[in-house]
Amino acid sequence: MGEPSTSPASAQSRRRFLANMARAAGGVGALSLVVGLFARQAQSLPAQALRPPGAGPEADFLASCIRCGLCVRDCPYPTLSLADIGQDVPVGTPYFVARRAPCEMCDDIPCVKACPTGALDPNLTKIDDADMGLAVLVDEETCLNLLGLRCDVCYRVCPVIDEAITLERHHNERTGKHAMFIPTVHSDKCTGCGKCERSCVLETAAIRVFPRHLAKGRIGEHYRLGWVEKENNGQSLIQGIVDLPDRMPQNLPFNPGATLGGKGK
Amino acid sequence: MSAKTYPGFDAVKARGWLAAHKWLLVRRAVQLSILALFLASPLLVPYTGAWILKGNLTSSLILGTVPLSDPFIVLQSLLAGHLAAGTALIGAAIVLVFYALVGGRAYCSFVCPMNIVTDASLWLVRRFDLSKGWQPGRETRLWILASVMVTALITGIMAWELLNPVTILHRGLVYGVGYVWTVALAVFLYDLVVSRRGWCGHLCPMGAFYGLLGKVSLVRVSAAKRQACNDCMDCYAICPEPHVITPALRGADGGVGPIILSGDCTNCGRCIDVCSKDVFAFDVRFNNASTDDKFNDKDKMISTDRHAA
Amino acid sequence: MSISRRDFIKTQAAIAAATAAGTTLSGAKIAEAQAHDDTIRWDKGACRFCGTGCGVLVGTKQGRIVATQGDPDAPVNKGLNCIKGYFLSKIMYGKDRLTKPLLRKTKGVYDKEGQFEEVSWDEAFDVMADKWKEAIKKKGPTSVGMFGSGQWTIWEGYAASKFMKGGMRSNNIDPNARHCMASAVGAFMRAFGIDEPMGCYDDLEHADVFVLWGANMAEMHPILWSRLTDTRLTREGCEVHVMSTFEHRSFELADNGMVFTPQTDLAIANYIANYIIQNKAYNQDFIDKHVNFNATTTDIGYGLRPEHPLQKAAKNPDKGKFDKVTFDEYAAMVAEYTLEKTSEMSGVPAEQLERLAKAYADPNKKVTSFWTMGFNQHTRGVWVNGLVYNIHLLMGKISEPGNSPFSLTGQPSACGTAREVGTFAHRLPADLVVMNEKHRDFAEKVWELPKGTIPEKPGYHAVLQNRMLKDGKLNAYWVQCNNNMQAAANMNEETYPGYRNPENFITVSDPYPTVTAMAADLILPTAMWMEKEGAYGNAERRTQFWRQQVDAPGEAKSDMWQVIEFSKRFKVEEVWPADLIALKPELSGKTLYEVLFRNGHTDKFPLQEITDNAGNVYNNSESKDFGFYVQKGIFEEYREFQWNGPKKGHEMAPFEAYHNARGLRWPVLDGQETLWRFREGYDKHVKSGEGINFYGKPDGRAAIIFAPFEPAAESPDKEFDLWLSTGRVLEHWHSGSMTRRVPELYRAYPDAKIYMHPEDAKERKLKRGQEVKIQTRRGEVTSRVETRGRNKPPRGLVFMPWFDAGQLVNKLTLDATDPLSKETDYKKCACRVVRA
Repeated sequence: MGEPSTSPASAQSRRRFLANMARAAGGVGALSLVVGLFARQAQSLPAQALRPPGAGPEADFLASCIRCGLCVRDCPYPTLSLADIGQDVPVGTPYFVARRAPCEMCDDIPCVKACPTGALDPNLTKIDDADMGLAVLVDEETCLNLLGLRCDVCYRVCPVIDEAITLERHHNERTGKHAMFIPTVHSDKCTGCGKCERSCVLETAAIRVFPRHLAKGRIGEHYRLGWVEKENNGQSLIQGIVDLPDRMPQNLPFNPGATLGGKGK
Repeated sequence: MSAKTYPGFDAVKARGWLAAHKWLLVRRAVQLSILALFLASPLLVPYTGAWILKGNLTSSLILGTVPLSDPFIVLQSLLAGHLAAGTALIGAAIVLVFYALVGGRAYCSFVCPMNIVTDASLWLVRRFDLSKGWQPGRETRLWILASVMVTALITGIMAWELLNPVTILHRGLVYGVGYVWTVALAVFLYDLVVSRRGWCGHLCPMGAFYGLLGKVSLVRVSAAKRQACNDCMDCYAICPEPHVITPALRGADGGVGPIILSGDCTNCGRCIDVCSKDVFAFDVRFNNASTDDKFNDKDKMISTDRHAA
Repeated sequence: MSISRRDFIKTQAAIAAATAAGTTLSGAKIAEAQAHDDTIRWDKGACRFCGTGCGVLVGTKQGRIVATQGDPDAPVNKGLNCIKGYFLSKIMYGKDRLTKPLLRKTKGVYDKEGQFEEVSWDEAFDVMADKWKEAIKKKGPTSVGMFGSGQWTIWEGYAASKFMKGGMRSNNIDPNARHCMASAVGAFMRAFGIDEPMGCYDDLEHADVFVLWGANMAEMHPILWSRLTDTRLTREGCEVHVMSTFEHRSFELADNGMVFTPQTDLAIANYIANYIIQNKAYNQDFIDKHVNFNATTTDIGYGLRPEHPLQKAAKNPDKGKFDKVTFDEYAAMVAEYTLEKTSEMSGVPAEQLERLAKAYADPNKKVTSFWTMGFNQHTRGVWVNGLVYNIHLLMGKISEPGNSPFSLTGQPSACGTAREVGTFAHRLPADLVVMNEKHRDFAEKVWELPKGTIPEKPGYHAVLQNRMLKDGKLNAYWVQCNNNMQAAANMNEETYPGYRNPENFITVSDPYPTVTAMAADLILPTAMWMEKEGAYGNAERRTQFWRQQVDAPGEAKSDMWQVIEFSKRFKVEEVWPADLIALKPELSGKTLYEVLFRNGHTDKFPLQEITDNAGNVYNNSESKDFGFYVQKGIFEEYREFQWNGPKKGHEMAPFEAYHNARGLRWPVLDGQETLWRFREGYDKHVKSGEGINFYGKPDGRAAIIFAPFEPAAESPDKEFDLWLSTGRVLEHWHSGSMTRRVPELYRAYPDAKIYMHPEDAKERKLKRGQEVKIQTRRGEVTSRVETRGRNKPPRGLVFMPWFDAGQLVNKLTLDATDPLSKETDYKKCACRVVRA
């Protein structure tokens, strides 16, 4: 290639110009392909890397985050850092690893305020609405509380305690006289701050925070939960149904169903 | 040049070392100050009340109020489909206006941290008279720039920013050096071994982007006293983009004005430094009256002459 | 921007991430992960932390404790532990264990202002003994003192008490249990004439109603809480009432959770008694046979220095006298505490108070009440403990499974050592007291000392010790097994000036360089927990033994070794007057070691090889050093107090029995434990036909003692506008000197923070996580604001845990004490919170 042609149009120079253009276009295409493929591979964020509050889906985030690090600067804790090269996280983007330093859930969300591009959604004004990920009790075999011990550190350190994580009580069949306190995460309240993972006292955490799309299942559209639909509807979805009385032997206090449990909802 | 120890030898003799390195020193001072301000701002908060500079070159805040954003990055973001909210657009506009005034690639020579790396490489190449190596066309960077933008458009993410050694280097310097030195080293070696001035001069799409801005920017270098040129060739030897000099310096005969209009010019001012005859000076692009010494138009010369005294 | 492209990218990311995280649960069993190791030697022990007394098995390998496990057969915990117990194996191995005595020196000689330098035990004891002798010579035995611990093993406490009271002739020995259990003790003695709960942990499985008076068992007694929770879960109709001055983790289980204004627990308890009487729900038969009614002296001050205005204003400072009244008189006294008035005072809605009263008053419901520091650390701690006994006694709901007023303990041997051995300034072993001549006589007889050796006057209690140190009246002082510089209230004005008073020589024995140790003049490195043969007594009267599992690091020695070794430095002539020696001339010329320990009595059990039933051999460092089985000798001597002393009811089994048991609940009579005291059938001391006998009292009747509401020593005002309450968190134990050295526990709860109502924070323009200063009239501490999480204080109250040596909350707390028990109120003082 040489200087772009500015000379008067001649057949030869036009041909050369066209050839140059074709080569260039090919070059652009090839280069774009390479960069694009690299980009696609590079954006598969490892599961333990969490984005700051207000970050949208990863692809949106990589379109909007300009990697200035202002969120890192304004984070009052050693939580956020920018990915270095050689890491699995797209270089320069802010992230945190819950086990290392979780999000402390500041009331005023300084990281979001700092973001100049809106990559961290400025509409996020209540930190309780943040969705950095979702805590999952990944290992029910090593979780000390599932073994009956009284750890429940993950529960007590939760900033949204009793909502995002509760202790479900079960009878300990082995000891016969102790209750087990099963840490249970509620996805509608969990912000994914990672305090639980950070605090898990095991050598490898039994509770971990994953990006929500990795942590949640999804029920098929083809099946609906009858009791939920009924509750939402306020009454049975079908009306005008008649239930005939059951024939019962006289003078017998037998009442099937009376001893069955359940709230009868 | 081969007769001399280094370009600028005569200038040093004529005006002394300091004057012959004025713009180089200014540039280094600016480059390092910017870096230092990013790093030292937290320490200065007790005196300044807020960080003087916070963030990095892709986006920053001056004293917590004035936003600055790199328009090259913001453009990628826009093409990737993110309609930037917030202050990034304002910041990009400020930066665009700024470089439209001081010269597009002034970014490259006064701000970009990679400049120190590539200058170091160039110094070695010159010092040991190494081969120029592979020299792809200068417009290659324009095609890379196009690729960067096309990729952002197609992938929906700022793909180039996963690779961009310039932003990676600066971010690394500001936020703690991890493996960024590998990026600097790669560019350094590329420039040293593969292609002289290869990164900044041929590949860097950021330079290309700011070069486009330079095509319209106000402050330019002018070969104002080109009639005094003694053909020592020091300016060509020192210039990172020597092709920009010819039209202005040698254009008198062709009726071309003395202003270096090429966007490739980085306004680095080294030609001013090394010229023992004081041919070059900073000027604004509009003072580009086609050359006086050919037509010897005294009136016009008077009307535009900066050296009339 | 097509959606499909995004989706593709997401899916790919998900696959990569899931692979990286390894989320598949393939069903690998824990057992496989934790390979069985035959080379670990397992032996039984007791947890080092709270008063629950969980049984553990300790795994030793190559002289190091490499693992522990909850003993699956231990009745208390059945193999379970809380998260502190889970890390027991790490508490002895902090990087900064002390291994050599450290003495403050300048240019090679002791200097109070010098720097700590390593010295030999000989030099340490030489300097220390000089200081002690000098003090005694100058000012007599009241110028020496010792501050001990509810974490001492039984024989450590016994040896220290014998050394101080029988050797140094100073009653200035008090345990840190003064900060924790003294009010409980006071109330037990007043109501029943004998210390410690009548019930046991089995009450947890038998009650229909649980009432928590200020206790946060969910965090402070985690294993007991899981038992209580299980009963709530499995027992039909079981309900849980929780009262506290702020909402804490136990409220999570509460059927009736009540946040009351500090100090109004006095009113609430009286209201319940009133309700029971108004509704004639009381157990007339029980009252007639087993109870008498009394009223206590009121307006008794706040245990402050005599010159304090509050103390001057009190009509009857420090008076604990109570007088008999009739039932009707008693009824009239509590009648003042109506539902309306009590609800207004306490801020608890009337219907909630009434629900609580009904639960107590229901004759068909078995009620167990629990309390700990909320009651004990209270300027009316003895009173308020007693007010709950009043309720249980009115209903006759006592001394049977499920009906139990239960005072919990916070230290592993607050009961076993501090209370039973009697390491308080006024006590002698097995409930005896120094004020009683018969008791002193008996102790002197067992100890083979001349009559009059033990002083009659009670010594300085914990708080008084610090005041006397500051005032220069207590000059040679030894702190063992506790961290009082971090615990004692009003540290700025009392404790620290006392320790650094140039007239004083302070010795601190500790395994770690605590803030107390660093404030001392001499630090003695101490063997801890399994580095010595030990015994603890938990809150249900269960005595548990363990063998020495490993040797202490470096030159560290047990507290008992230190006391006995130190006694060698004193000849009786140096510490006793000639007329006392003249009463037993054979003692003249002897050292206190020969008088107290190597005396042909305490040392009657020779060295023996210590083995378990599997034949493993264990070391016993102290016995080897002294040449006799010192632990056994002391324990058997202690048993003489229990079996032959003037007070019955504390009988324990022979020494060997405990090495072969998972703890036994005293009184152990005829080879049987006692689960419920004072009731025929359960307690051998109650004779057939008596039904109930409160045999601690001469008339066999328990005392219902009326006590009114009296205000707190310090309440919020304009200047200091918030209540400050202090306490603990599950992750850390007491001052954190052990748990903060466990990295995992440190990570789980690194630094203390101040819990505050969000509106209170907002009003002060404080953000969550912001650094703040908490200020009281006595000092200030910097912490961070927490408006979320485990504790939810009401408006006007803040809560701060005290485990953090970096945030000494005891700079803030007021050294007001219960005038009767001398226990400090750590739960109430006035503070303000401002931006740091």
